[in-house]
Order: sequence, then C-alpha cells, then structure tokens
Amino acid sequence: MNDQTMTPEERAANLKGMGCARKRVEDVRFTQGKGNYVDDIKLDGMLFGAFVRSPYAHARVVSVNKDAALAVPGVVAVLTAEDLAPLGLHWMPTLAGDKQMVLADGKVLFQGQEVAYVVAENRYIAADAAELVDVEYEELPVLTDPFEALKSDVVLREDLAGQTEGAHGPRKHHNHIFTWEQGDKDATEAVLGEADVVAEEMVYYHRTHPCPLETCGCVASMDKVTGKLTLYGTFQAPHAIRTVVSLISGLAEHNIRVISPDIGGGFGNKVGAYAGYVCSVVASIVTGQPVKWVENRMENLMSTAFARDYWMRGKIAATKAGKITGLWCHTTADHGGFDACADPTKFPAGFMNICTGSYDIPVAYLAVDGVYTNKAPGGVAYRCSFRVTEAAYFIERMIEVLAIKLNMDAAELRRINFIKAEQFPYQSALGWEYDSGDYHTAWDKALKAVDYEGLRAEQAQRIEDFKAGKTRKLLGIGLTHFTEIVGAGPVKNCDILGLGMFDSCEIRIHPTGSAIARLGTISQGQGHATTFAQIIASEIGLPADDITLEEGDTDTAPYGLGTYGSRSTPVAGAATAMAARKIRPKAQMIAAYLLEVHDNDVEWDVDRFAVKGAPERFKTMKEIAFAAYNQAIPGLEPGLEAVSYYDPPNMTYPFGAYICVMEIDVDTGEWEVRQFYALDDCGTRINPMIIEGQVHGGVTEALAIAMGQEIAYDEMGNVKTGTLMDFFIPTAWETPNYTTDHTVTPSPHHPIGAKGVGESPNVGGVPAFSNAVHDAFRPFGLVQSHMPHDHWRIWKIANGLGMHG
Amino acid sequence: MSKMHVKLTVNGKQVEGLAEPRTLLIHFLREDLKITGPHIGCETSHCGACTVDIDGKSVKSCTTFVAQVNEADITTVEGLTNDDGSLGVLQEMFREHHGLQCGFCTPGMITRAHRLLQENPNPTEEDIRFGMAGNLCRCTGYQNIVKAISASADMLKAQKEAAE
Ligand code: FES
Ligand code: FES
Repeated sequence: MNDQTMTPEERAANLKGMGCARKRVEDVRFTQGKGNYVDDIKLDGMLFGAFVRSPYAHARVVSVNKDAALAVPGVVAVLTAEDLAPLGLHWMPTLAGDKQMVLADGKVLFQGQEVAYVVAENRYIAADAAELVDVEYEELPVLTDPFEALKSDVVLREDLAGQTEGAHGPRKHHNHIFTWEQGDKDATEAVLGEADVVAEEMVYYHRTHPCPLETCGCVASMDKVTGKLTLYGTFQAPHAIRTVVSLISGLAEHNIRVISPDIGGGFGNKVGAYAGYVCSVVASIVTGQPVKWVENRMENLMSTAFARDYWMRGKIAATKAGKITGLWCHTTADHGGFDACADPTKFPAGFMNICTGSYDIPVAYLAVDGVYTNKAPGGVAYRCSFRVTEAAYFIERMIEVLAIKLNMDAAELRRINFIKAEQFPYQSALGWEYDSGDYHTAWDKALKAVDYEGLRAEQAQRIEDFKAGKTRKLLGIGLTHFTEIVGAGPVKNCDILGLGMFDSCEIRIHPTGSAIARLGTISQGQGHATTFAQIIASEIGLPADDITLEEGDTDTAPYGLGTYGSRSTPVAGAATAMAARKIRPKAQMIAAYLLEVHDNDVEWDVDRFAVKGAPERFKTMKEIAFAAYNQAIPGLEPGLEAVSYYDPPNMTYPFGAYICVMEIDVDTGEWEVRQFYALDDCGTRINPMIIEGQVHGGVTEALAIAMGQEIAYDEMGNVKTGTLMDFFIPTAWETPNYTTDHTVTPSPHHPIGAKGVGESPNVGGVPAFSNAVHDAFRPFGLVQSHMPHDHWRIWKIANGLGMHG
Repeated sequence: MSKMHVKLTVNGKQVEGLAEPRTLLIHFLREDLKITGPHIGCETSHCGACTVDIDGKSVKSCTTFVAQVNEADITTVEGLTNDDGSLGVLQEMFREHHGLQCGFCTPGMITRAHRLLQENPNPTEEDIRFGMAGNLCRCTGYQNIVKAISASADMLKAQKEAAE
C-alpha cells in the first residue's frame, strides 16, 4: 500500500472508522471461553460469602442464632446487622435518597431480604452453614398492593415513623414515599373538561426483572499491608461504586480500586449498590482475606433490582377529528420495601415525563406517587433510560385506546398528531426539549415496508372468516412510534448521589502511531472496545485496529458515571470525539512544523495533515505521533494525548417505528409473531452490525416482557417466579426473526450526531407486541388488558369476550 | 466430607483430582481445573451457559455430579479452538455473524452447536432453533446465532468435501 496513491476513500476505509460494520475485537477471547467474568476471578486464600435470606415478606426478626453455623468446619464468620452496626454499615444510603438495610435490622420487608452473611472457605460450606443459621421470625401483615398500602394502618417503614418529609417532598401516608408532579394540572383538567372526546384507561406495566445471564457478584480484597481495597464486581458504574464505597465505609477514595471485569449482560441489574458488595467488603476487612460473593439465579430474581411496576391511569383528550388536545396521567409506583430506585436525583420517577411521546400535545400533567410495599426494592431501568419504557408503553396504549374511542385507524391517528420535522427543537408540555426528529418520514417508510394497507385488508378478511367459523386464529397488527430520551445527562439537572452525569475519555497516542483510550463507562456486551475505537479512528486518522480501549478500572480510567440509560454513546461517545478533537490542533502544529509551513497552511485530510493546495506534501498521523515524541518542537510539549470530560448540553431523543404482526389462537391463547419490523433512528450510526445486534436483543427482551415475563407475588408476598422455569425468557424456538431498518436524523448537539440505540428496541418493542394482542381483539370489543400476555391471559381475554361459545 | 478420586479426559488431556461426592461438574471444571469457559447462569438446567460435551452428548454441567462422569471424555469450548490457536469454525462464524454480545452464553452456545452439527450436519433454520432451545441468550435475540451456526454447517461441509 502506498500512502500517496490511495484515494481518500480508500484511506478512510482502512481506518475502519464510523459507519463500518467492523467485527468485534472482544469476540476472539469470548468465543474461546477466555473472557474474564467476576466468577472467574480466583485469588489466593479467597473465601466465599453466602446470604441467609428471609422466607417471609414482612416479619420481625426476633433472634438470629449463629452457633450451629459457626461450628461447621471451614466457616470463618457469620455477620448480622449487630456486627455491622458498630461500623455504621447495617444500613446504607440508596440512590433514591432513602436508606436500606444491608442486613435485617429488627425486621424484614420483603421475601429474600438479606438477614445474615456467612463467610466460609468455599461455596459449598457457605451454603451448608447458611442453612444452619437459626432465625426466629414473627410474621407481620403483608402488603403487596400499592393501593392497599396507601390505605393500610400497617406501617412498613417503622424507621421513618413520624417523618412527613421525604427526599422528594412531603409524604402523605406512612407507606407513601413521594409525589412528583410535572406539567400544568389546571390547564390540563380544563382541556379535559371541554374536550370533544376523552379516553380514560388504567395502563399497568407489570413488575419484571432485567435478569442478565450472569448474575451480580463481586470479589472484595483488602490488603492490610497497603491499606488498599480492591473490589472486582459486576458494576455498570465502577467509579460511582468507588465513591459510594468510600462514603459509606470511610475508606479514603484513593485507597479503593474498583474493577469491573467482563460483564455478562447488565440491562440495569448491575447499576445499584447491593448488600452483597457491602458485606463482602466488610468480610474482607475483618478477615484480611479476599471474599467472593456471587448470587444465584433465585437470589437475583428475588432481591437485586426489579423493573417497572407502574400503575398508570391516563386520560387523553382530542377533537372529533382526532387532534389530541391534552394528556393527564397519574401513576402509582410500587417501589417495594425501600426506595432504592436508580434514577438521577431530581427525577424520582425517572424520565416518566417523556410520556407525551412522539406527539404534539399542547398541555399535559403528570403526577407520580411512590409507595412502599412488601416487595423487593431496586427499581432499575431494565434496558431503559429511567422509566422511558413505562412512559412509551403508556402513551402508545393511550393512543390505541383513543383510536378505539374515535373509531379511527391507529396509524392515521398517530400521523395527524406527530410533532412535525419543522417543529424541532420541540418544547414538550412536560418540560423536555426534543433535539431532533422526523417522525412522518419514519412512519411512512415503516407502513410502506410492511404493506400496512394490505395487512389491514387481510385482517378484515380474517375477521370475516372467523365469524364464518372458518378459522380460530386472529391477526393482530401492533403499531408503535416511540420517542426515547437518553444520554443522561446535563450536569445542571442530572446527578446521582450528587455526582454529575458527565462522562469521560482519555486518549494517549503512542510514538509508533497506535493508541490507548480509556473511558468512564463499561461495556456489558455493547462492544465498546470495537465502536469507540471507530470514533477515534475517524476523528484522528489512526486505524481502529491500532487502538486499544480500556474501561472499568478506576485506577486507570478517567471518572465517569458508567453505562446504563443508553448513555455511553451520547455521553462517553461525545467525550471520545472531543478528546480526539483536542489532539488534532497539536497534531496540526507538529505537522506544520515538520512541513515547514504556517499552522494555518495545513489542512486535515482523513489520516493526515496536508499543505493546502499541495496535497502531495503531508504528514500522516503516524508520522506526527512519532514526531511528538522525538522532536524538540519550539513552544510544544512532547507527547500527544488528551482527556475530555463531556457534559452534554441536552439529552438525545432517538425514535423509531415498530410494527408487529401476530397470529393468535383464541382457543389456546397461543401466539406467533409472523413479522416484526423495526425502524430505528439513532442519529449517526457508528457500527451498523452492532446496532442491528442491539435491536435484535432488545426486541427479544421486549417480547419476553410483553408476552410472559414477570415477577409475580402471591398475597403472602412469596415470589412466584423465582427460577428460569417460571420467569419467562424466550428461547431460539419462540423468538422470531426481525427485519431492521433505519432513518438517520443526527443529533444537532452531539459532536458526531449519535443518539444511542441499546434501549430503543425494548422501549418500542413492548408496546408493539402488546398492541398486536390488543389489535387482534379490538374488533371483538377489547379495550385494555394487562401484560404479560401469556397464553393463559390471552385465553382469558377471548373467554371474557365470549369467544369460546 | 470425604473426597473421592476422579479421572477425566478434558479437551484431550487426562486430568485427575479429588472431589466430594456432591461436587458438581461445573464447579470441578471451573474451580479445580480452572476451565472457566463454561459459565453458571442458573444452576437449574434452564440456561445452558454451563453446557459441555460428555462422551458425544451435550450436557448441562451444573446439574451433573463430577462423580457421575468419572472416566468420561469431556469437551468444553476451550477444546474447540484449532490446534494452532486459531478460532475453530463455530468460534469464527459466531464472530463473523455477530452471534454474541456479552459473551456469557457463548461458550455453552458454541459447545451445544458443535454437538448439534455432529448430530445433524445439514440443519434447517427450524432444526437449529429447536436444537439450540436449551441454551438461553439475553443479548442477541438468537437471529445471528442461528446465522452463525448455519454458516458453520456450510463451512464444515465445504471443508469435508474438499478433504474427500
Ligand atoms: S447453569 Fe447450567 S443450565 Fe444454567
Ligand atoms: S451474548 Fe449475552 S447472554 Fe448471549
């Protein structure tokens, strides 16, 4: 290859920069079983921790007797709240401004709550001994219904007795956490009062769980000689974990090193700080030995993180012609025993106020009441940016309900209410400034791609055939146009525990023209090592293959808030581009010096600076890199590196149009997805292969949630879905093939125009599947039925509509 | 607890060790032999992350005692890499077709796919989807896994024809 004869296009292709479907660099080790996940870590003298958990959802802990457990050979320690209390570690602060028991302090508030922590030489002994810890409980009345909880005399949080002021304002009842209001209540109610048409419905988004294939875990290793704690773990936000550990343990932050090794999927499950981490740290400090804790699947589903559990009552007002004039929503949010929801501090209900969706709605009002119940705490954004999934499901159901009321086609109803391309940046009634969008183009493209008219005609024929007794199968066409809000976020309004939600990237160019970049984020399968190198490749003209990417080690990476809420590309991706752009001016000066021209007389050309008007006179970035380390250039320091801490000016607003075609058997309740079309607009596309993979995975998680996955409790507060037998995860057999498509509306404020995509398919997928079920039964009178739409519930819909004769 | 002596062939190598009668194969592989390719996703036979090949059958090693498989011939994902250290066909095709994201299910997937293609060298998409239904993936939505396995079948066939 000759640098002088290659065209700029060829040189750009060699970089494997943005837009290239570059194969993933991570896969070489993963496909050989050479990943390094937390449970693969084995340190000398490592002990193993296991929890004793409460079988009751609400009970007083009368006594804990450790004697039998301690007598088991190989058991090193058994910790209870009493042991942690002198250290002030029996409770810990939550991300939501509440506090949470690390180990049961006098009572338990949910089934599976951590009561004692056994430390032993290996996991078998730890499990044996945990069985032998004798806990005496006195059962208390259980509250699993948030509406009941708000009326009940039973006080769940006795520690808060008498506190009428919570972290987010006044508390109305002893089981009430907060009320969060957005928008204009009076104006919205006035519009509802005068509207031609008002559709009203209760939309429930059931409780579920992110359930990554790898559960949560950690290895804490306190070096008593150096006084340094190393904490390996499945952390989606390693830097934030370091700060939290420092704040609650009193260890100086520089003496804590947090390492997130390879992570086997996160989806929000691995954002929070869990009792297992605290107990492992304490156990390592106490024993002076490394301590590993890895939860099993049942513990994972019962105790670390849940998602959703939002009861959303909605009213939507419109003219007879279908123009929406106002939206009202009251949400009852079941937060479980402690408010440990992972949201930016000022947003106790996350970004639920994106619930006006893709529509130009002049007035709106949202109120959310958070409630304590006897369920697990956590409230994470499961493949979601802080309650955006709930918001999208709510509005996309309300649109369908309104379409029924107006007797209108739901695709048309959406079209006449979309925010128009020329209205961007668009100020929403609930306070967001949507950065960019072109909804009509995306919608038309989607409807055309699936032959929407043809599908409706087929459906009409199917209904006739059904009525004539020729078939027992219905056809549902599920429509969704979603708008997300991701990339939290501007430090002025987004922080977690006071830490601004910026992110970071540091790039160092080595003398021979390769580089290392370190970020404040952490990949859990998104392929950061592949895609962020592509951004750098395009920005500074070094091949992506020559760029190493490192994340997850707080001793080496710059501070960042981590990976969740689709924030890596919008925030850390922007930091990456900005760091690269900081390197360029110095590279330009070096090139000009080497070419003996004025700085302004050279210009950037893919992978080099060339003399303006004389492209044959140039210095490649590789040459410039070497010069940065071996030339004494007047006025310039040696070296070539930069770091950027990027505080985004706004969120990004990816959007998409999803259409699901589903066959439903009214006699068995079985469903089959015949077609699924997903159009995503995530702005500039960095790696189309990875985007497509994210969409496939996200829609599959949506399929699970909509069609069967739930964390269900009985009235005693027992978790009914604690194993993968009961908790639905689709296999290859019931998962359909997806057709992906895209439009590109770059974000105007992001350095490379990218918006993030990891969560869009989950946000858009759930309403698409659910709407398909509803649409199939719409001609027979169904208006609203709660998810998950498993076979039994679908059968019940058909039965309730009198379709079983 | 008293320990018993176990002898296995793992990825072509003779190994032996001491294990309690209750020691699960997955733990013996991961903790005693430090073969950490097979993962633990559920310990209840549902997810398939722990899948290994035992005497020509796909087995979930999280619900198998090592004592049950004494003297057996076991292959894990580590054993599917070519002798020269390059990626085996399935490993290469998973990479080529983006059949993995977090990589946690991947060792089990590839090990299961390896056996599936021995059982059925010409699988249809349906055969693959059915044959892989014991292995869960939370990241990929399976579409690219199916593609990767199908491409592997083609490549293995081509290799076989070339060799004949
Ligand atoms: S760990 Fe063996 S099947 Fe899940
Ligand atoms: S790649 Fe993450 S579980 Fe399959």
